[in-house]
Amino acid sequence: MQSGKSDFVLKNINKSFDGIQAVNGFNFEWQDYKIVGLIGPNGAGKTTLFNVITGFLQADKGSFLLKGNDILKLPSYQIVKRGISRTFQDLRLLRQVTVKENILLWHLNQVGENPFKAWVRGTKYSEDQAKNNARADEILEFIGLQEKQNDLAGALSYGQQKLLSLGCALATEAEYLLLDEPVAGINPSMIDVILKILQELGAQGKKILLIEHNIEVVRQICDWLVVMDEGRKIAEGMPDDVLQREEIIEAYLD
Amino acid sequence: MEYFLHILILINIYIIIALSLNLIAGYTGLLSLAHASFYGIGAYATALMWLYLGTGFWLNIFVGIFLSAVFGIIVAFPSLRMYDDYFAIATFGFQMIMFSIFNNWVDFTKGPLGIPGIPSPSVFGHAINTHIGYFFLTLFFAAITYWLVRRLVNSPFGLVLKGIREDEIFTKAAGKNVTKYKILVFVIGGALASVAGALYAHYISYIDPTSFTINESIFMISIVIIGGMASLNGSILGAVVLVILPEALRFIGLPNSVAANLRQIFYGLLLVLFMMFRPKGFIGEYAIRKK
Repeated sequence: MQSGKSDFVLKNINKSFDGIQAVNGFNFEWQDYKIVGLIGPNGAGKTTLFNVITGFLQADKGSFLLKGNDILKLPSYQIVKRGISRTFQDLRLLRQVTVKENILLWHLNQVGENPFKAWVRGTKYSEDQAKNNARADEILEFIGLQEKQNDLAGALSYGQQKLLSLGCALATEAEYLLLDEPVAGINPSMIDVILKILQELGAQGKKILLIEHNIEVVRQICDWLVVMDEGRKIAEGMPDDVLQREEIIEAYLD
Repeated sequence: MEYFLHILILINIYIIIALSLNLIAGYTGLLSLAHASFYGIGAYATALMWLYLGTGFWLNIFVGIFLSAVFGIIVAFPSLRMYDDYFAIATFGFQMIMFSIFNNWVDFTKGPLGIPGIPSPSVFGHAINTHIGYFFLTLFFAAITYWLVRRLVNSPFGLVLKGIREDEIFTKAAGKNVTKYKILVFVIGGALASVAGALYAHYISYIDPTSFTINESIFMISIVIIGGMASLNGSILGAVVLVILPEALRFIGLPNSVAANLRQIFYGLLLVLFMMFRPKGFIGEYAIRKK
């Protein structure tokens, strides 16, 4: 584990709100992991850390080196373009547009995002539309929502909405997926569906960082665990090792 | 017959306005009360260009489009930090400022006296000076506007607008520069409204500031809301209904002075009723609601 070799390095990330240190000197280097679990009690700073490294909150201090470039100061829409895609704990979606359109929105750098090109509609526009459309169909099939593609996103069940938000993140083709509680609050059979999808993505070479409270889920799919408490990283390691340490169990019982 | 055509010409002009405002308010969810400013900028641009430089309609509309685009960038700025009602109030302020410029910069705009005698535009050397001519000219521009707006809203660009309307954070996470799109939509919507203003100025041949007041902005947003937010056909229907309505009041035999007041009451009442019972308008796909 040498420093400087990883493509994804968080160095001394700090973020405070009104004097409360939500993230406190957080360091992390992504080694050869597929699925990393970020766990910790409520208020440990996990979601704040997500918001800081995806540009939705401005860090007070620190750096986020992605393939050697510090991207911590970039706005959120540019961080996605560097290959870091995320979902939200409070399940954001466009509820008044269709399932498929939700996914289509997430394709990056579309020709038709330019109003002039959307108006003129040359061959580049048509080719790009066809490509994105086909890719959206693939994603819909992969997450098993192809039959719901023309329904409004707001009409889906909660578990399906979680799936859809994962599908959206996939449409960016990002290498890193940051998922904030991808299976919280959904029924057990749907949890299995989502976990299979995550494992499949890991096998395809995606790198997944997920926040999760369900220890069984974490044990089942993560190959590395990071534990946060009070804004700090208090442990990291292989799930089976980490989850039997006493201080971790204590942090959770608090 | 001329009266009938006059109504149709006004409908065409308001269709352009409603479609352009729908792009801003219906699709992007930015409730703007400054739309009459863009309309006024287009009208004053062509009138003043003619007055001071003697240039014609076809050049002048581009000047109007340019100036509206600049004003659109300015109006978009509060939308980057303010939301919903607060943004609407900020646009109200811009509307007051624009009216004030039209009304008080007397040396340049002729102020409340207005600018009379704006000449007819010519198309391929033929002066458009009949009602039928204006009908086709305004219909041409309304059709182009419809086609343009339709292509925009049914494209990735339009999807980004809807994304901003429904969830800005989600749209940013999808890799879209929300700031850029808000500015763009005001530039495009404003530019289209300025064309409507230029058509109006040439058709009526006289403009003064009273055509570009906050009341006019409210009338425009009423068309969009009653016709239906985020529905192009709704905007057409809204323009038809709200332009014909006061004329219908005239035909039931009320004196003009009463009819004019009744008209205001009618619009107000319609808005209240639609907000209470049908917030989506006639055929809208999106209702104004608390987020």
